[in-house]
Amino acid sequence: MDASLPAHMRPERSFQGFILALQRFWAEQGCVILQPYDMEMGAGTFHPATTLRALGPKPWNAAYVQPSRRPKDGRYGENPNRMQHYYQFQVIMKPSPPNLQELYLKSLAAIGIDSAVHDIRFVEDDWESPTLGAWGLGWECWCDGMEVSQFTYFQQVAGFECAPVAGELTYGLERLAMYVQGVDRVYDLNFNGRDGDQKVTYGDVFLQAEQEYSRHNFEVADTAMLFEQFKMAEAACRKYLDAGWKDGKREAHLMALPAYDQCIKASHVFNLLDARGVISVTERQSYILRVRELAKACGEAWIHTEAGGAA
Amino acid sequence: MPDLLLELFSEEIPARMQGKAADDLRRMVTDKLVAEGLVYEGAKAFATPRRLALTVHGIPARQPDLKTERRGPKVGAPDAAVQGFLKATGLKSLDEAKIQRDPKGDFYIGLIEKPGRDAIDVLAEILPVIIRTFPWPKSMRWGARSGKPGSLNWVRPLHAITATFGLETEEPDVVKFEVDGIEAGQTTYGHRFLAPAPISVRRFEDYEAKLLDAKVVLDPERRKDAILTDAKQLAFAQGFELVEDQNLLDEVAGLVEWPVVLMGSFEEEFLATPAEVIRATIRNNQKCFVVRDPKTGKLANKFILVANIEATDGGKTIVAGNERVIRARLSDAKFFYETDLKTKLEERLPKFEQIVFHEKLGTQAERIKRIERLAAEIAPLVGADVAKAVRAAHLAKADLLTEVVGEFPEVQGLMGKYYALAQGEEASIAVACEEHYKPQGPADRVPTDPISVAVALADKLDTLVGFWAIDEKPTGSKDPYALRRAALGVIRLIAENDLRLSLLKIATSALAGLSVKAAEAQKLPSDLLAFFADRLKVQLREQGARHDLVDAVFALGGQDDLLMIVRRVEALGKFLETDDGKNLLAGTKRASNILSIEEKKDKRTFDGAPDAALYSLVEEKALAQAIGEVKAEASAAVAREDFAVAMSAMAELRPPVDAFFDKVRVNDDDARVRENRLKLLNEIRSATRAVADFSKIQD
Repeated sequence: MDASLPAHMRPERSFQGFILALQRFWAEQGCVILQPYDMEMGAGTFHPATTLRALGPKPWNAAYVQPSRRPKDGRYGENPNRMQHYYQFQVIMKPSPPNLQELYLKSLAAIGIDSAVHDIRFVEDDWESPTLGAWGLGWECWCDGMEVSQFTYFQQVAGFECAPVAGELTYGLERLAMYVQGVDRVYDLNFNGRDGDQKVTYGDVFLQAEQEYSRHNFEVADTAMLFEQFKMAEAACRKYLDAGWKDGKREAHLMALPAYDQCIKASHVFNLLDARGVISVTERQSYILRVRELAKACGEAWIHTEAGGAA
Repeated sequence: MPDLLLELFSEEIPARMQGKAADDLRRMVTDKLVAEGLVYEGAKAFATPRRLALTVHGIPARQPDLKTERRGPKVGAPDAAVQGFLKATGLKSLDEAKIQRDPKGDFYIGLIEKPGRDAIDVLAEILPVIIRTFPWPKSMRWGARSGKPGSLNWVRPLHAITATFGLETEEPDVVKFEVDGIEAGQTTYGHRFLAPAPISVRRFEDYEAKLLDAKVVLDPERRKDAILTDAKQLAFAQGFELVEDQNLLDEVAGLVEWPVVLMGSFEEEFLATPAEVIRATIRNNQKCFVVRDPKTGKLANKFILVANIEATDGGKTIVAGNERVIRARLSDAKFFYETDLKTKLEERLPKFEQIVFHEKLGTQAERIKRIERLAAEIAPLVGADVAKAVRAAHLAKADLLTEVVGEFPEVQGLMGKYYALAQGEEASIAVACEEHYKPQGPADRVPTDPISVAVALADKLDTLVGFWAIDEKPTGSKDPYALRRAALGVIRLIAENDLRLSLLKIATSALAGLSVKAAEAQKLPSDLLAFFADRLKVQLREQGARHDLVDAVFALGGQDDLLMIVRRVEALGKFLETDDGKNLLAGTKRASNILSIEEKKDKRTFDGAPDAALYSLVEEKALAQAIGEVKAEASAAVAREDFAVAMSAMAELRPPVDAFFDKVRVNDDDARVRENRLKLLNEIRSATRAVADFSKIQD
């Protein structure tokens, strides 16, 4: 931890200070610090900076905060740690550096978790995303019995082998900050690190949003419109993918990113429909498959772009 | 002789894979050594979360020299054949070959001498191959080299290899090889947090000792012992008793290199939640042990955790952190439990109409109805109250839809019991909610309460008949619906409770209750019966009893009363252990053998009663008389279900049978006498069939 920080910027006092400390740490490791992607998604992995950049031979090191939207997890602000909107901090390094575990442990030290007094463990947890056609091996990282991060060596993304393999870290920011700040209810987190009148809590920022979105996700979201949006996004994705092949030949692609946006959109719309309970168990599988097909096609397009490593 | 030390140092290996990986490493290296002619004295392998280690001691320094002869072409063979021979043997010219004469002519013989190689060179060749082909259940690629084909696959990134070979008295050599850019050497690392510095090692003895100094306990058994001892002591010191849990111990020992056992506590109010739920929460989610009060046997509000570090604050922070997580988990569990209590079990049932049990066998709701119907039918046969059995069958599956069972599937049934009791169901009905799943395996307890027995049988028989009807029978090692276990459960329920049931009748009735049409409905009940016979044989074999006797009893036909089958098999087994039994079996077999030879010769059978007028010898008459008596006596005893008496009646047959074979020539010159004697032999066979088909019994 940086001792020169003013009190309100310290990770153990301030949620924003916590995020800034992580960003600074990873910036010092050579990562580009991106801003959140401007679309709704269920996990930071969906960000094109991870999904697409994990593919192809070019080195890529990035870190960013990504709001994670999980409509089904909404609890109207009544559960102490379950929300339909929360933050993930995502790090991706390709190829995975040999000292990635050490870097991760140092990042914990940077946010005030000292391995001399905390019991930090790497517990087997293999990661798989059926919607992204992706899997990897790694661990969930435990701090004193609490899962605080996910650590994965990507083996496959969008149905393609990762060559070279990227290492991915995902920190559950609220949970970690709650631990470091010593609060039991997420809404009690000190957001800005100030005291008295100047103090802004996580609840001040997000409690109303949790209530409103829970209402929307479970009760009001227009399912007829959403079914339509799913189809539209799926069709648009296909259309942009088809139109993107340069000169109609499957050698170079010019529109992988816009096509992939539609894949992200379809995935989120599916999550909303799922929260509304209008998708049966059997249909569920087929929707997941449809999103996966889009993701795979986008991955295929991506590896034919310049950033994807096409010659 | 020299020893080998091998260590593969990696990122954290999943706990569940460590034991097998250590075994595999030892097996692969030693097998290969032996195949290379290097017979070693001993080997031992170890695993920690970050390393696999192997020591092989007493390996010869060199392979033995090998001399082999190779036969070449005939003298005067074409040049191509001669050149091929020279190339294969490495001889410079034919002058170096011997000539050997045999009946086919003169042949060249090449003597190939293969000098043995130094063991260290052999190791340098075999170790990288073993590492590259190591059978991890799941493996991965990593780092820059994974961009190119052919990069190493390992369970998690491999960082260092230690491989030394040498005599105890000398400085050992490094076995020189390289795998995917990692050079074998003699440097390893200590505990990740407590002693991360590099350590230089020479051989196994100093390796293990230096690791211990660097806060790594290499041997998993030692880690387990330490955890168990410390955990027991810590519990004892506070007046508690550790609830031991071998699987958890195995797993936890695979998560730490330096176990430090600590104790934490949680709020007493959580103890209102059932103990099994608390234990499942603490165990499954947090991998911690629970403790109980030795006086009451009840859980205490304490838990035991195993950390991987000696913390500078004595573990205060670690305990506080774990307490926090456990508090949150227990408060979830408590919330689930209390939420569950607000809904009566039967109110959950309509939801089963939406849940498919199996696409061909309908919904869970339909299945529950079938089980109720069967339970009603079975209840009077097992001494259970019909209404209560139906009620129990009605509620028994409802807990599957509760929050607690959703979270912890292993407490299914048990929660059903708690919820049934909480809503005021009668005790035997509540107990049946739990016990109808039993017995789950050969070691599990068999329920004895008639209500539990009725529902347990109904549940298992519905499953068996259902999957039989849709032809989803177990094949080979595949038994996805655990049908073998269900059949064994039925056998044990019947045999251990002394129940009299016609399985054919119940199976037929269960079949009639299915909505799906079975392809071969006629054959199904008897097919299923044969499956029970097989299971019974397997069970007897596992108990070390004679399983061929099951065939001997089933071959009588019409046997569908499992209890009677079991009793008959037991009596038969005892009988065959006596001299009378053994000799009668031999006599009966002899009669059968003679009969089958003569039947073949004459192309006819020798059924029908023999003609008493044709008996000429005393032994013939005596045998005929004995058969008549024994048959009547044995049949009467069988009718009384007194198999022991039936068997001892059989024993009376032995002296006349022995005497008959001693004195009487079956193949008499007079065709009529011969036929009559063969008929008498046939009578022996049919008399023994009162108790079993002796021809199916193995000698």
